This record gives sequence, structure tokens and C-alpha cells, in this order.
Amino acid sequence: MLTYTLLAGLLFGLYFSLVGLGLNLIFGVMRIVNLAHGDFVMLGAFLAFWLFNLFALNPIPSLVVAAALFLLAGLPLYYLVVPRLLRARDPEMLSFILFFGFSQVIEALAAIAFGTSERSIPGGALARAVAAGAAFLGVAYTPGPIALFGQSFPIAWAASGITGTLAVLLVWAYLYRTRIGALTRAVMVSREEAISTGIDVHRVSAIAFGVGLALAAVAGVLAPFMLGSITPAMGVDVTITSFAVIVIGSLGNPLGTVLGGLVYGVSYMFMQSYYSSWANLLPYLLLIAVLLLRPAGLLGRQVRRA
Amino acid sequence: MPRLLRHTLLILLPLVAALALAPALYGNHLLLFNVIVFLTLAQGINIIYGFTGYLPFGYVGFFGAGAYGFALAVMHLHALPLVALAAGGLAALLLGVLLTPLLRLSGAYFSIANLAAALAVLQIVSNPALESVTKGPYGISLSGVFDPALAYGVALAILAATTFLVIWLRHSRFGMALQAIREDAISAAMAGIDVVRGRVVAWLLAALVAGLTGSVYAWYISVFYPETVFGGEITIFAIVFALFGGTATILGPILGVVILYGIYNAIGISAPQYFQLIYGLLIMGLVLFLPNGLASLLRRRGIDVP
Repeated sequence: MLTYTLLAGLLFGLYFSLVGLGLNLIFGVMRIVNLAHGDFVMLGAFLAFWLFNLFALNPIPSLVVAAALFLLAGLPLYYLVVPRLLRARDPEMLSFILFFGFSQVIEALAAIAFGTSERSIPGGALARAVAAGAAFLGVAYTPGPIALFGQSFPIAWAASGITGTLAVLLVWAYLYRTRIGALTRAVMVSREEAISTGIDVHRVSAIAFGVGLALAAVAGVLAPFMLGSITPAMGVDVTITSFAVIVIGSLGNPLGTVLGGLVYGVSYMFMQSYYSSWANLLPYLLLIAVLLLRPAGLLGRQVRRA
Repeated sequence: MPRLLRHTLLILLPLVAALALAPALYGNHLLLFNVIVFLTLAQGINIIYGFTGYLPFGYVGFFGAGAYGFALAVMHLHALPLVALAAGGLAALLLGVLLTPLLRLSGAYFSIANLAAALAVLQIVSNPALESVTKGPYGISLSGVFDPALAYGVALAILAATTFLVIWLRHSRFGMALQAIREDAISAAMAGIDVVRGRVVAWLLAALVAGLTGSVYAWYISVFYPETVFGGEITIFAIVFALFGGTATILGPILGVVILYGIYNAIGISAPQYFQLIYGLLIMGLVLFLPNGLASLLRRRGIDVP
């Protein structure tokens, strides 16, 4: 039971890192709070649902489609909203309200377009996709739950854990191994200095914004398997969970998200196993506790006292 | 203090008189009552956000705490409504004291932590494990003390007191000190203002206002569920109303409620998705094009807004 809970917590933790990663990237680069983050996750989930139902597309190729679509959608969205916002007197606070409005718009449009009933994708779809992937890579795989340290887990958990890990590695490579990543990190450290050294801050930020949305969409594609059935109204809870994850890790430091995700995932699983009726309280209490006791997050350096 | 007297006579008295006479002229008493509730809550937001710059995204937590404080006093102590009202105010005040450490956080961190706190209180109150105390998710019925006419009068008295508080803040040394802290806390401290005391007092006043409003709301409707009195849209409405009119003014929140709540009821709530869509767009437009509210339009033309 203990090993099972711990391992399940780590797998969920890797997935939760993926859920929070995009939000943290956007906050780190632009210092704006994307309160609509959970709604982009929801849109990713619906995209996977429709791709599966209309074109019988498996969730794993859907990951790529969703990432590409949301990356492309993020660029115009950035230029439409963010530059104007950053000129305001208190962009951080106003972004909070603006993106709240945006999340309402997305939720309303989704409810009008898809209806408010709960949807889900059969778990078998993901298992078949994994089997096909394993055959393609030449790895031996027998369909069914996956065995790990003598415990068996649903295949979706493992697939989500792997996707989360891959996403974190890709973001690391983007930030630390490419030229645009180096520019992005420069903007994260100091926006003013980046402008004065001639970096095209808006281009860098727009790409980071797109990547952030793409990460949200990827998390969304896996959401039907990890978070239960999907509805247009699920965004708010996802946003709060993401905030808990990135605040525990470190706000503004995308890679700190992983630590936050793991801590969150493991504590969530322990609450589920041993104290299930109070498990929903956990994200809120963890969030408040970390903000008060260690405001910069477990990995952060900068202090943010009023 | 002639300006204090003038604004009391020219703004507060007509407002209270109009709302006192309205039930005789207009049939939808619930609507009028809701107008009073939102006028009070918007002024409460004005006290904490307008004068100190802290945006409480979990403001509804105090409203709900007040409603449940009232309900528990009536159910378990069989208190008279007016005594229970004090219990509701006290419950919100205690929650405010408990959350005082959040004031150490700045900007969005404060808002997120406050939102998490409100959701945590909702999770506790609506937990089925506490059914014997709070009736859990099954809701509360207070038909024994149902007295809408008296509750309406008490709500109006609370609104009058709150509005007077804002008028006083607008013209008093203390209100000026709060605005100085909002603009630049360090300079304010250098000028001899007790920053911590100022913020805590404003925070607790805002909590008390919301708590009393929640109590009288519980009394007026007398049957409600946890989601009714902890609904996130209550916070959002109050914030949007206050921002739309213009914060740190007396008239701003009043104009915001009258205009926007008027539109809200004109649209009707028969199609919640379309309503949500329009509201979301309104919030976005507000932030992008009118971040300082209606009052800023008049100020730009040299007209002073009280």
C-alpha cells in the first residue's frame, strides 16, 4: 500500500508538473497571471475528444496536434492582448482580472459549442496507442496494466508520467540549449535590461506564451485519463491545482515546477489513500502554507514580501 | 468637516431613501435586496482594494463565513436574528484575523492565497463529514426566522454604515494614510504612517462588511447551499462593479452596481452561457480600455468624482 501510494503519487506528480509547467513559463517570462490556464487545458481535452470521435485519432498523435495548434494560436493571442496589458500601471494585477474575463469567455463558448454534459474517452484508446508505439519502437509490451516495482498501475498513468517527463526535458532543452531560450531567460531575469540590449522582447514573449499554451493543451489531451470526465467548467479547478503546483515549486522558475508537481502528486495520493474525504482540501492548504512559510517556493530565491 | 457632511447628505441620504422607498414602487423585492447586497460588497472591495491595493479574490469567503455564522447561531444556539447577525459578523472577523498573515504577500500572490483560503473554507463547510455541524453539502434551512421585510431594513442599515465608512475614508487622515501606503509603502512608513496597522484595520473592516452582508443574506433567503454563499461569482461581481465605476471613490462602486447589475438583469439569466460570455468580454474590455473605471473618464475632463 505504501509503495503503491508513493509510486502512484510520483506518476501523478509528473503529470501535475506538466499541468503547471505552461502557467509557470508564462508567469516567469511575462510576469502576468494566466488565470485562463485551466481553460486551455479544458480545450486541449475537448480537442482530444473530438479528434478521437471524428477521426478515430489516438490520444498520442493528438498530443502533437494539440501542441502545434495551441502554439500557433498563442502567437496572435499574445499580440492581441499582452503588449497593451504590459503598458498599464499594474500589469500583474490587471492580468489577473483580464485573464479571469478571458477564462469566462472560453468557458462560455465551450459550453455553447459542446454542451455542459460530461465527456470521456475510453481508456482502451490510450492503451492501443501505447501498444502501437511500443511495436513501432520494437519494445516488448503486453496490453494491460503496467508493472512497476511489483505494483500494477493503469497504462494511462504511466503514459502521462512519461509525457510529463518528456515535456519537462523539452522545455529544459528549449530554455538552455537554444538561442531563443537564452533570450527568453534574459527576459525572465530583467525585462528592462533585455529591451536595452536590443532583444525583441515581444517576439521572445510571444513564443513563450505559445509554448505555455501548447503545454496546457498537452496536459489537456491526457486529462480525460488522469482527471476523470471532462466538462467546460473543469478549468477553474485545474487552474487552482496548477497554482498550488507552481507555488510549491517556485513561481517564475519553470523547472521548479517539477519539484512542486512531485510534492503535490505524492501528498495528493497519500491524502486519497488515508484521508479521502478531506483530499480536496489539500491543494488549498498546501498553497496557503507554502505562500506563508516559504513565499519564494521550495526552489525559489527571490522574496516577495509586500 | 463640511465635505464629509456634504457627501453624506448628497450621496448617502438619497441612496438610502431611494432603496427604502423602492419596495413600495417595484415588485421584485429579491432584486432590490440583491442590489443592496452588491452595493455593500462593492464598497467592501473598495475599502480593501481601492484604499490599500490588495485585491481579495476570495472575498466571498467572508460573505460565506458570515452566512454560516448566522445559520449556525440560529440552528445550534437558537439565537435571535439580530444576535445571530453579530455572530455572523464575528465569524467573518475571526476568519479575517486568521488570514491576516496573507497581507505579507503582495499583488497576485495575495489574491491567489486569498482565493485558495475561500475555497478551503468552502471545502470544510460543505464536507459531508461535518454534516452534524454545518449540514455539509445538503444546505441550510432557516425558515423559523424568515422575515424578509426586517432583513431588508437591516441590510439597508448595513449598506448605509458601509457607505458612510467609505465617505469617511475618502476624507479622513486615516483614508489618506491608506492611499499613501498603497502608492508607496516605504515612503508612507518614512512619513510616520503605521503601515501594518493601516492595512490590518482596512482588511478587518472589509471582512466585517462582507460578513454582516452574508449574515443578512442568509437571513433574507433563509434556504441556501454552501455553493450559494461561497460562489466565486459573488467575488467577481463585487470586484467588477467596483472596478467599473472606479475604486477609491464613493460614487464609483454605486455607479458600477446600478449600471452593470441593471444590464445583468436586462439580459436576464435564462441563458447562463451567453450571460457568462458577455460578462467575460465586458471584464476584458474593462481592463484593456478603462482600467481605472468610469471615474477616470470624468477626471480626465477635470471633473472631480467624490
